[in-house]
Amino acid sequence: MATQTAVAVRAGRKWSTQRRREVAWAYAFLTPAFFFLIVLLLFPILFAFWISLRDWSLIPRPYPFVGLGNYVEAFKDPLTIKSIKNTFIYTIGAVPVSMVISLALALVMNLETLPFRTLFRTAYFIPVITSWVAVSFVWIWMFEPRWGLVNTFLAWFGIHGIKWLASPKWALPAVIIVSIWKGLGYNMVIFLAGLQTIPRELLEAAKIDGASRWQSFWSVTLPLLNPTIVFITVTAVIGSLQVFTPAVIMTSGFGGEAGGPINSTRVMVYHIYSMAFRANRLGYGAALAFILFAIVLVVTIIQLRVTQRDIEYG
Amino acid sequence: MAELSTVAPVASVSRHARIRKRQGLGQIVITAVGFVILTLGAVWMLLPLVWMLSASLMPLSEVIKVPPVWFAPAKYSLANYQEVWGRVGFARFFLNSAFVAVVITSGQLLTSCMAGFAFARYDFPGRTLIFIIILSTMMIPFQVIMIPLFIMMARLHLVNTIWGLIVPSLVTAFGIFMMRQFMLGVPRALLEAARIDGASEPYIFARIMLPLCKPALAALAIFSFLGSWDNFLWPLIIINSKEFWTLPIAMSRFTEQYISQTHLQMAGASIMFLPVLIVFLLMQRNFIEGITLTGIKG
Repeated sequence: MATQTAVAVRAGRKWSTQRRREVAWAYAFLTPAFFFLIVLLLFPILFAFWISLRDWSLIPRPYPFVGLGNYVEAFKDPLTIKSIKNTFIYTIGAVPVSMVISLALALVMNLETLPFRTLFRTAYFIPVITSWVAVSFVWIWMFEPRWGLVNTFLAWFGIHGIKWLASPKWALPAVIIVSIWKGLGYNMVIFLAGLQTIPRELLEAAKIDGASRWQSFWSVTLPLLNPTIVFITVTAVIGSLQVFTPAVIMTSGFGGEAGGPINSTRVMVYHIYSMAFRANRLGYGAALAFILFAIVLVVTIIQLRVTQRDIEYG
Repeated sequence: MAELSTVAPVASVSRHARIRKRQGLGQIVITAVGFVILTLGAVWMLLPLVWMLSASLMPLSEVIKVPPVWFAPAKYSLANYQEVWGRVGFARFFLNSAFVAVVITSGQLLTSCMAGFAFARYDFPGRTLIFIIILSTMMIPFQVIMIPLFIMMARLHLVNTIWGLIVPSLVTAFGIFMMRQFMLGVPRALLEAARIDGASEPYIFARIMLPLCKPALAALAIFSFLGSWDNFLWPLIIINSKEFWTLPIAMSRFTEQYISQTHLQMAGASIMFLPVLIVFLLMQRNFIEGITLTGIKG
C-alpha cells in the first residue's frame, strides 16, 4: 500500500480512499496468478536461455560456458535437421487436409434441412476428447500390417503389403492420418460456429441475384469466414509444430528407439526430449527448444501477414 | 424487394418462384448426399474406438484373427479389465491421474478467475502491461520451459513426486485470458449495485461474479481436466517410480513388458477413455460452447 501511495503522489494524482482500496484489491486478486506466472513461466524462460549457453547436464558439476555453441551445433547436426524436416512434413501434411475436410463437413452440417445434426456433431467430436496416448495404441493396431483394419480395407482395393509404422516411408504419413482423424471434429465445430456468424441476408441476397451455391460459397461464405480460417490455421500449425505423443508412442514399439524407423518420425519435440533427458545434454536441449520457439514465432507471423485481410460488406 | 415487385410484380414473382423451386430440389439432393457422406465419415471416425472397446472384452486369440473379428459377444468378458486394473496396477495409476487432474483443475480455476476478475473489474496501474505480458506467455512452447522447470523441481526435491507433476500446471495464461473475456461481458451495474449495498470485494467476486461465469468456468474446467488427463511429456520427465505413474505413462510403460498384448492395451486405453466419454456426453453443450467461445473471440 505504501509504495502505491508513493507512486500516486509522485505521479501527481490525487487518489481517493475508494480508488486506493480498488487498486489494492486488484493486486490482491492478481497475486496468486502473477506469482505462479513469474515462478513457472517468466523466470524459466530466462533460465532456459542461460542453460542453452552452457554445457549443462543432470550430473552436478560446473557447467562450462559455451556461448552460442549449442545453437551452432544444432544447425550442423544432421539429426536436428532431420527432426525439423519431419516436423514440417507433418505440419504440411496434417493441417491443410484437415482444414479442407473439416470445412466441407461443417458446410454440410450447416444445412438446415440436415437431420440428426447434434448426433453427427457428437460422433465427429468424440475423437477430439480421447487421450492421445490411448488412441495411439488403438491406431498401432489399426496399422498392423497383417490383421490391422487399414490394410484389411486397402486389400479390398488390391493394395497390399504396406508396413506402415515399421516402414521409414509410411510411418510419418500414418501419424499424419491419425492427427487428421483426431483433430477433425475440433476444427469442424469452430468452422460451424464461424459459419453461423455469417449474416443470412447476405446469402439470401446472393441467391436472389442468381448466384449459384458454388459462387456464393467462393464470394460470400469464404471471405466472411476468413477470421475463423486464420484462427484455425494459426492454432493448428502451432499445435502441429509441437507434436509429440503420437509420433513417439506409435513408432516406439517398432525397432526400439522412439524416433521411428530410421528416425522417420523423429519430430522436434521428441528430439529436444531425447537430447535433454536421454542423452543428458540439457544445454543442447534448451538451445533446440529456443530454435523450435523461433520457428513457431516466424511461421505464425508469416501466416498472419499472408492471411489477415479486412473484408467489409456494406 | 418491395420496390422491385411494385415495378414488375408478375415477372419478379415468377422468377422468384422458379429460383425457389430449383433451390428446393437442389436442397433436397444436397442434403441427401451430405447425409450419406456424413454417415460414412462418422462410421470411420468411430470405428477405431468401437473396435477398441470390442477388443478390450475379447481374449487375445480373437483380437489377432485374420480377417479382423468385430464382435464376438459369446467370448466377451471383463477378464482383460481385471488383469489391467489389478495385476498391472491401473487402479493406482487411475487414482494418481484423477488426483493430479482434480488438483490442477482447481488450481487453474482459482488463479484464472481471480486474475480475470482483477483485469475485468479494476483499473490499476500496469494493467495493460501485465495483461500483455500474460498474453505473450501464451506464445511460448512448453518445451522451452520444461528443462529449467525440471532443474528447479530437482532443487526443490519435487522430482519423482506427485507435487512435481502438479505444481508447473497451477496457472494458465489461456485461462486468465478466457475468464477476463467472459467477465468483461458481465454488466458493471450488477457489481456496482452490490457494492452500494455494502458488499465486500471478495463477496462480489465469489457470490456475484462467479455464479454468472458458470459457462466459462465449466469450459475451462473441462479444458484443464482433459489437458492434465492427457499430459504425457511432463510426467515422462518428472516421474520414475511406478507408484507415481499417471495413466498415459502407465500405458506407454506397461506395454514394454506386455509387447503385442493388444487385448490388454485396449482394456487400458478403454479405462482412459470411458470416464472422459461419460463426462463429455453429460456436459457436451458446455464443452462445445466453451470451444466456440474461445475460438470465435480468439
